[in-house]
Amino acid sequence: MAPPGPGAANGRITRWIDYRLPFVKVMHHELYEYPTPRNLSYWWNFGSLAGAMLVIMIVTGIFLAMYYTPNADLAFDSVERIMRDVNYGWLLRYIHMNGASMFFIVVYIHIFRGLYYGSYKYPRELLWMLGVVILLLMMATAFMGYVLPWGQMSYWGATVITNLFSAIPGVGHDIVTLLWGGYVVGNPTLNRFFSLHYLLPFVIVAVVGLHLIALHTHGSNNPLGIDHKGPGDTIPFHPYYTVKDSFGLAVFLLIYAVIVFYAPNFLGDPQNYIPANPLQTPPDIVPEWYFLPFYAILRSVPNKLFGVILLFSAIGVLFILPWLDTSPVRSAKFRPVYKKIFWLLVIDVLALGWVGAHPPEGIVVTVGRIATFYYFLHFLVLFPLIGKLERPRPLPLSIGAAVLGGGSVPVAERG
Amino acid sequence: MANEITHGDAGVPRRDFLLLAAGALGAVGVVSTIWPFIDSLEPAADTIAAGAPIDVDLAPVKPGQQITVVWRGRPIFILRRTPDELKELQSPSDTTLLRDPNSEVDQQPEYAQNWHRSINPEFLVVVGICTHLGCIPMFEPRGSALMDASWPGGYFCPCHGSKYDLSARVFAGVPAPYNLPVPPYNFTAKDRITIGENPKGSDWDFSSVEQI
Ligand code: HEM
Ligand code: FES
Repeated sequence: MAPPGPGAANGRITRWIDYRLPFVKVMHHELYEYPTPRNLSYWWNFGSLAGAMLVIMIVTGIFLAMYYTPNADLAFDSVERIMRDVNYGWLLRYIHMNGASMFFIVVYIHIFRGLYYGSYKYPRELLWMLGVVILLLMMATAFMGYVLPWGQMSYWGATVITNLFSAIPGVGHDIVTLLWGGYVVGNPTLNRFFSLHYLLPFVIVAVVGLHLIALHTHGSNNPLGIDHKGPGDTIPFHPYYTVKDSFGLAVFLLIYAVIVFYAPNFLGDPQNYIPANPLQTPPDIVPEWYFLPFYAILRSVPNKLFGVILLFSAIGVLFILPWLDTSPVRSAKFRPVYKKIFWLLVIDVLALGWVGAHPPEGIVVTVGRIATFYYFLHFLVLFPLIGKLERPRPLPLSIGAAVLGGGSVPVAERG
Repeated sequence: MANEITHGDAGVPRRDFLLLAAGALGAVGVVSTIWPFIDSLEPAADTIAAGAPIDVDLAPVKPGQQITVVWRGRPIFILRRTPDELKELQSPSDTTLLRDPNSEVDQQPEYAQNWHRSINPEFLVVVGICTHLGCIPMFEPRGSALMDASWPGGYFCPCHGSKYDLSARVFAGVPAPYNLPVPPYNFTAKDRITIGENPKGSDWDFSSVEQI
């Protein structure tokens, strides 16, 4: 083959290194010449945005940990000290606190992108499942992080969520004691949550590594959902997508900065600025917004064990998604029926979010039950059924042909 | 030749044995190495020591009044019920609303498995933690502004709306599955109790309750 392009491992030092550890070579291969479908839209920015968020969370978290004190008597004050006395402590904390929200927004969009364009299908099943693992780890990390400031919502959120495990028949109670390290949520709980909150992001880094290896094995999916078959279908990652990702990142950071500087507490709960009081439950315990749809599913059944089972199934169902979808076509662009129900799911999840944010009375309960029912109907019944019944529209011959409008390709109804 | 065959025959089971023995020993080693890590997550000795029994003087509690004390970090509700309230607890209009009116689920020691769920009918002693997901229910006597007119008096959990009567028995049709648990306690005098200790003759184990 022709020698690699400019910047490749040609220098003496890089050759010396690459002979022993093919770092430059691999980076060049995976981030520079890496052939990428030429038709990726902005929906493909969210993967790199999630990566950026992970780095931001780890960097701000490590600096916060230099001042934070994981002790039930001192934690709240140490966070207040970070806010008031530590130089730029307020900035570090607001970046970290709102970063969790931004991270989840990005990842949720990333997931819905995958759902719309069928990115979970052959040969990307493992890539998708690793993504679901990352989501679970993120949830655990964010949940434990939210406990650290030891405010009222920290304490009662921790109580409600750890108690979920007590619904498990037989061993439930022992598991909860192991989580708490005491008779109730208390200092031992705070200590172990801090330890795990520090650890899990690095586990996420490792799983993200596997996610990327799986991604680069078959390359990105694309808006047409068809495989790329040759050089006419792809462009090198650099400079085309490095530029596109950087532009997306700049816009994203702008929005993030507006929140951090102008509305840093908009997404938070004011109850969490009241120190934890184990003897008084706040009138309304609501989790952070990113857990609301799942919280709504939990509350939609009046039976505790069943509610917990549904809660975990809501994520579990994502694991088996590649096998629930029976359609051979990936992109919703060519699936007229699936395209419609995709938006139903979006509305359904938003409705669940609304339900989770309100006390379960009257209409809220009804909406919650219908939306929960639809959520499972969507994945367990509609997915297999529509794949079989729907008649997909004709697929273009290749990405290149579709993008460049080549001749008689049956994609006239593009858009 | 013959020698070689017997040698081979004896060799294979010998290897199997070595493999099994080494594997079994290895498994024992792994488990006994993991165990300290798991066990370290259990409540520490001083945490358990801080859970020793406590004494409570009931004399200052007026009829109809409820106080909260802390035992093992958990709120313990002590309610002194009026004769009217005690009558109400036995009336079918109350008991038909309940999921477990006869306290059949193990949520109390045998000495409190009765309609008043206590030793002395006048004093209710329960762990004030909702059996749904662990919030602290609020004491709402009859006529409380928060509840509707038909409310017979009892406990209301603000988190997901579970309701309990004045014996802390859970209502049917609410998310909480069980009655509030009764801790072990014992009258040491006419109006003094020790929470955390059974009366003489009982060896009831608090950790045997279905759900805290
Ligand atoms: C996956 C990445 C991470 C997520 C989603 C996350 C999430 C959170 C959340 C939601 C909070 C509560 C913010 C608040 O209300 O105050 C928090 C607090 C905290 N996190 Fe993280 N975190 C991540 C990574 C890290 C890392 C790597 C560290 C390093 C030690 C860290 C250290 C801390 C500390 C010390 C606090 C308490 C101070 C505070 O409340 O602001 N975090 N985290
Ligand atoms: S915790 Fe009391 S109703 Fe859910």
